[in-house]
Amino acid sequence: MIVRIMGEGQYRLSDDAVARVNDLDNAAVAAVDADDEDAFHEAFEELLDAIRTGGEHLGDEELESSDVIVPPADTSFAEAAGEFSGDGLIPD
Amino acid sequence: MAGMAGRMSTVIKAKVSKLLDRAEDPGETLDYSYQKQLEALQNVKKGIADVVTAKKRLGMQASKLEQSVVKLDTQARQALAAGNEELARTALERKQFAQTELQSLDQQVAELQSQQDKLIESEKRLRTKIEAFRTKKEVIKAQYSAAEAQVRISEAATGVGEEMADVGLAMQRAVDKTENMKARASAVEELEAAGTFEDLTQLGEGQDDIDRQLAQLGAGGMVDDELSRMKAELGMGAPATAPAEIEAGEPGEPGEAKA
Repeated sequence: MIVRIMGEGQYRLSDDAVARVNDLDNAAVAAVDADDEDAFHEAFEELLDAIRTGGEHLGDEELESSDVIVPPADTSFAEAAGEFSGDGLIPD
Repeated sequence: MAGMAGRMSTVIKAKVSKLLDRAEDPGETLDYSYQKQLEALQNVKKGIADVVTAKKRLGMQASKLEQSVVKLDTQARQALAAGNEELARTALERKQFAQTELQSLDQQVAELQSQQDKLIESEKRLRTKIEAFRTKKEVIKAQYSAAEAQVRISEAATGVGEEMADVGLAMQRAVDKTENMKARASAVEELEAAGTFEDLTQLGEGQDDIDRQLAQLGAGGMVDDELSRMKAELGMGAPATAPAEIEAGEPGEPGEAKA
């Protein structure tokens, strides 16, 4: 599967790696729900790391769409929280 | 895949898809979509130029403030040497304020630099993708029937579209940050225009508006410390009026709260 980290590019990940990414993704969302900023940053860092180290970076000349898109590395807690109340990084 | 994806990436993916759908015009020719990609690239270049301009403006303001800090320090010494402690205190209050602003400006300049670097990287990535799209389009056109080519080129265009949406978001965030900084830069410029950092000759009796603002900044403890230090340097001995119970805290980081 192809995963994009916004602002960084795309990675090709195995299904196993994607499953781990999704677990961490859900952990990040749970942290947002719990209003736990530190836990969010921790899970989100780990999530990005799992993509960067667990995947193979796609060349810039590849023209594939992504199966999964995660927000940019400098996403703030407020932005992540807004993402689920309709007022986040990307306006609805 | 929807059931398997994490919640955050599902939301993001859906939003990006929506952006792409909105941008898509079924009537448009494939050559036109290449044209639009080039326009997007031009926009990114313009966005980078805007960030560079904002960074320069903040940099210029920072160097002006640096000069003010030196000047106010000198004025404080002169005032103290002339026995005008009140004027020295005012100069030091303003110096403190200028230093705080300076720290915050330096941080903003660094932030804009990092935005600029990221945008340049994004621009390069998008440019490479657009070039790849142009090449691929020609190859597909030569290899397939018109109908089949249409489908394949559309797929490739979607890949570029996603990159454009990504870069577009990065630019939007950079612009938002730049706007915030511009507003702040204007506020500092107004204070400069009002003579906050320069004009000590116009001080009349009592406190003017600027003095009240400065007093509210709570730099009092640090100003007292510096005043004492300065007196000692000038060989005026320990001040008899030095407030004994001021908690100076960490004198090294006055800018933290404002940053």
